[in-house]
Amino acid sequence: MSEVTTADPKPDTADTLSDDTGGRTGWTRILLGRDVIMIYALLAFVTYAVIAIPRFASPVTVGFLLLDVIPILMIAMPMTLIIITGEIDLSVASTAGLASALLGVLWADTGNIVLAVGVALLVGALAGAFNGVLVAFVGLPSLAVTIGTLALFRGLALVIIGDNAVADFPRGLTTFFTSKVGGTGIPTVMVGVAVIALIFGTLLHFTPFGRGLYAMGFSKDAARFVGIKVPRAKFWLYVAAGLVSALAGIYWTLRYSSARSDNASGLELAVIAAVLLGGVSIFGGKGSIPAVIAGVLLIGTINYALRLNRVSAVVLIIVTGSLLIASVVAPSAWAGFKSWRHERELHRDLPEVTTSGSPSA
Amino acid sequence: MGSIHTTARRGRGARLASVVAGAAAVALLATGCSSPSDAGASGSAAPAGDASITFIPKQLNNPYTDVVLGGGEAGAKEAGFGAVGIVGPLNASASSQVTLINAETQAGTDVIVIAANDPDAVGPALEEARAGGAKIVAFDSDTNPAYRDVFISQVVSEDVAKIQLEMISEQIGGAGDIAILSATANATNQNGWIDFMETELANNPDYADINLVAKVYGDDDDTKSFQEAQGLLQAYPDLKGIISPTTVGIAATARYLSTSKYKGKVALTGLGLPNEMRPFVKDGTVEAFALWDPAQLGYVAAYAGKALDDGTITGAVGDSFTAGELGERTVEEGGVVIVGPPTMFNAENIDDYDF
Repeated sequence: MSEVTTADPKPDTADTLSDDTGGRTGWTRILLGRDVIMIYALLAFVTYAVIAIPRFASPVTVGFLLLDVIPILMIAMPMTLIIITGEIDLSVASTAGLASALLGVLWADTGNIVLAVGVALLVGALAGAFNGVLVAFVGLPSLAVTIGTLALFRGLALVIIGDNAVADFPRGLTTFFTSKVGGTGIPTVMVGVAVIALIFGTLLHFTPFGRGLYAMGFSKDAARFVGIKVPRAKFWLYVAAGLVSALAGIYWTLRYSSARSDNASGLELAVIAAVLLGGVSIFGGKGSIPAVIAGVLLIGTINYALRLNRVSAVVLIIVTGSLLIASVVAPSAWAGFKSWRHERELHRDLPEVTTSGSPSA
Repeated sequence: MGSIHTTARRGRGARLASVVAGAAAVALLATGCSSPSDAGASGSAAPAGDASITFIPKQLNNPYTDVVLGGGEAGAKEAGFGAVGIVGPLNASASSQVTLINAETQAGTDVIVIAANDPDAVGPALEEARAGGAKIVAFDSDTNPAYRDVFISQVVSEDVAKIQLEMISEQIGGAGDIAILSATANATNQNGWIDFMETELANNPDYADINLVAKVYGDDDDTKSFQEAQGLLQAYPDLKGIISPTTVGIAATARYLSTSKYKGKVALTGLGLPNEMRPFVKDGTVEAFALWDPAQLGYVAAYAGKALDDGTITGAVGDSFTAGELGERTVEEGGVVIVGPPTMFNAENIDDYDF
């Protein structure tokens, strides 16, 4: 070891290493994680809307907003799990449309609403299973498969119900779907949606199955070596997505009291945008359910508040798109900024390497 | 030399940020607990005492709708509405209209003027709006009569159907196969006219030799209508005429015919805007078509809304009100108000119109 000359400043690494926790711990971890930032953004926007937008703060808002957002919220739950494993499912809206068409046709033909709902759910699960077999067992890329089934299921819906619409659903049922709990303004069906969110949230965050999904997203092969049954997990995720999409289709039909082949058209993009806004990485391996719920509610609230101010639908799409781009770019920009700052501090805090001899770091 | 984190500054910043976040959450909970009533009084869109009206067309970006709304806006300002709004879905779907109606209900709009994409799907939302005190005027495309106070019809439905049949019969020589290229499958107005046409074709001896072979739907989407027109002519090569009772459909079909081998051989008629159809009339693709002045439709709808809001009329049969410059209008059977007779356009008079 060469001697340190008195002219060189002695590097003091004591503080550096002791303060390096290697990551956040304790309260800062819970209150500052990426997931929670989304919840703050939602709360911040709601505060702004309550203060700045007239007539926003009323029980009516909660009712209308939630009724609009429920299909997206429902489908976002299994979609989060699927995207965390590194796959994607673009056919969810078409499955919903298929379920809607089946519900309408069966109700019109048989008059038995229970049978119609049951068959619609079953077909939704089968549609999901079809996706699952092709993606998980045959091994085809999910993007290609689900683009194909997006068109296939929508086409089936068109074949089943044609250009007609069925509108005379039982009044009791349709009023139930738009009814609210007591005086709070929260729709009654939110109870079911909350159950779905709880199921998927528990599955993802509190079970070994959920941990396995993160592992699959990081590396499919490593997960397989660790003993996770990758194809089976993905298959069941797609079945769940199909089932929940069918449920969303049934909700859509009964809420608007109209079964058409183009119901829920384009919904898959809104769901994926909300999921990505909620911090789920499109490459897999990262994400959480509470943040996705906040993301869905944030987009829904922004759309609702702007619509209340009679802002045009075109502007709403621009706002949603910009939000999505910002949500994807911001983490990378922030990481880039932090590493630039880190490099700067590195050059400032640590001494220059001189040719006469270097103190070991 | 490996990377070393200098986290001293970060630790302090993180603690500060978490305190701020906690304070924000507490503040938000406090605002969330405020009662709804004082937030509602904190601001309103229209000055107190002035009525507000919002138009909800079938869809935006539709040239016919733009003309109607232009007339509607002018009529609303003349009639004395304080706030005039126009909102619409980007695609002709009923579910998007429901969301817009809900926003109007919450905003407390006094009069909602709507052209329904589906007569029943918009019903529950309209009922909620009425429960909130709004008056509902349907125009262009009716809703189920239970959900609206009055329906402004551009012309008598039967006349629209009759004039189109007369034109096509003349143009194909009284005999042959015809097809209909309509808008969306649920549109109340188009379906009403098509029903009349089918009844006429079945009962009227003049049309005994005319067969309606197909009905296709272009969804008021330009590309889809173009493709449906292509499909029709491929599937029925002996087709003699096409009726398209929608301005988007007739424009797209005319565009297809004028560049195909069927130009001049297959007759095309229906409802079209003179400005859009002028080149096709001039080059012989289309002989004659019909419409009315769409701006008058919006104009009368606005005045009907004002009359309902003032209490001048209630929508009962026999009520009458003054529609500004256009004069008196009376509510007829079924709560329908007619704007006027249809106009036929052909090569001779098409240059006289600019809409």
